[in-house]
Amino acid sequence: MRAALGWLLRGSVLGIFAFLIFGPLANLVLWAVAIQWYFPHKLPLTYGFRYWGEVFKPTSDAFASLGTSVLIASITVLVCLLLAIPAGYALGRRSLPGRGLILLIILLPQAFPSVAVYLNIARLFYMVGLNGTIAGVVLVHAVHGLVIAVWIAAAAFAAVDVELELAARNMGASALRTTLTVTLPLAAPGLMAAAIFVFLESLDEFTGTYFVGVPDVTTLPLMMFTASLGGNYQIAAITALILLVPSIAFMLLIERFLNTEMLAKVG
Amino acid sequence: MPDKRPLSLLLVAPALAVVLALFAYPLGYSLVSAFTARDGEPTLDNFVKTFDLYTTDIVFTLVIVAVSTALTGLFAAAIGGYLVLGAHPAAVTLLKWLYRWPLFIPFIVAAQCMRTFLAKNGMLNNTLDTLGLVDVTSLSGLLDWRGIIVTFVWKQTPFVALLVSGAMATLDRASIEAARNLGAGGMRILLEILLPQVSGVMTVGLVLAFVTMLSVLSVPIMISGGSPTMITVDMAFRVNAYSDYGVANALGVVSYLIAGSVAWVYVRRNVAGEGAP
Repeated sequence: MRAALGWLLRGSVLGIFAFLIFGPLANLVLWAVAIQWYFPHKLPLTYGFRYWGEVFKPTSDAFASLGTSVLIASITVLVCLLLAIPAGYALGRRSLPGRGLILLIILLPQAFPSVAVYLNIARLFYMVGLNGTIAGVVLVHAVHGLVIAVWIAAAAFAAVDVELELAARNMGASALRTTLTVTLPLAAPGLMAAAIFVFLESLDEFTGTYFVGVPDVTTLPLMMFTASLGGNYQIAAITALILLVPSIAFMLLIERFLNTEMLAKVG
Repeated sequence: MPDKRPLSLLLVAPALAVVLALFAYPLGYSLVSAFTARDGEPTLDNFVKTFDLYTTDIVFTLVIVAVSTALTGLFAAAIGGYLVLGAHPAAVTLLKWLYRWPLFIPFIVAAQCMRTFLAKNGMLNNTLDTLGLVDVTSLSGLLDWRGIIVTFVWKQTPFVALLVSGAMATLDRASIEAARNLGAGGMRILLEILLPQVSGVMTVGLVLAFVTMLSVLSVPIMISGGSPTMITVDMAFRVNAYSDYGVANALGVVSYLIAGSVAWVYVRRNVAGEGAP
């Protein structure tokens, strides 16, 4: 009897928890496949994929903004890795004067609320003609991505076994060759995780793009925001779903790249 | 290896330069701009105007972010505790699978989900109505300060819970078993043995969550359009409607001060702990 009551209690708590986690997502999915839905109906009156056709039409704004988003995220990953791999290697493996101060500066974008910074970046970019350009948006995304990229890269390089490098050096490999053929491949899973993190962060970024991207660069989050505020719930829900898929896929995959102990180290 | 140091600096230099140019410099620029009048003279007028117009919003922001952070910590501790101490493997596995879903969902998508879920005619009210618990026609939605808090907690709890449960999992099981043998209940073990040992990770997680919530622009706009609102919205409004960078940056300085007082804990921990594994 007690055991049954226990399971009833556990079941209800987990059930409520599941409803709170999945309810908002389910409501989004409903909107994505609803054609007609208004108060006081609890469920859509008619379902269909008409709005999907509108979003995925090659000439649509949403399709164009998806392309812009993927382009910006890809360049941001390249920029971040180019900067973070050497920096992470130096921070993770080598003696570095002023290491604490350097870490602190690279952490800055996480430690300060960014809205005021973004609106001043927009003001400065405006003076040099970077406002409303892909390059401007990439730079803003890269600064934020660098924090996570440098930290994961540093942790990944710190975890590489020094003995293996020494073995390579003993067999006559040069320092450069050891780095390229031993150290980098061993750190690759961590760097891969950093790349995915940066890609997602860039894909999802809203605030910086909102200030720096206007009026010419419309990414998917900006497009979703406009659709939602305009009461275009179907379009907003479909674009939100497009953003949701990579986020959830990454959540399910993350254990392959990062274990929780490494995450704890990153924090 | 002192001879290698110049090369190390050279390796860090590009990343450092980018952060200095694109974050530290605009940050300094916003500080200067907050204390400068439109004609370029130094002034405190921006702050006078800020407190005249936006004191309510500043308090509103502080309350929302503080309550959200507290609730996030509470749920993260409960989830982490159950994952480590839960006696029923099936329930633990299910919880572990459940809690992570919002982890990487962007704020703007979370806001769109909640905008429909918490509305008067949203799934929350409709479900409660179907269960006969409430009458939907007499209800209003939760799309105000409560909606902002729900969205923040929904989005931030998985991150802090992941950090906290990860740290709890690495703790020595022996002390937990010892406490259990001496008759301590799950709640007591959580409060007196687990939480004190993971307080560092919990602090870092909550500080990051706090500063992040202070920087979010989309959620307050999309969840509650009206007034009072959060200061991020006011900043955007000052710039977009009036090109008033002075007051916008003064609000920015207020947000730095709020975050800075909390972030200090985080930075100090990281710099102090950098030598540790």
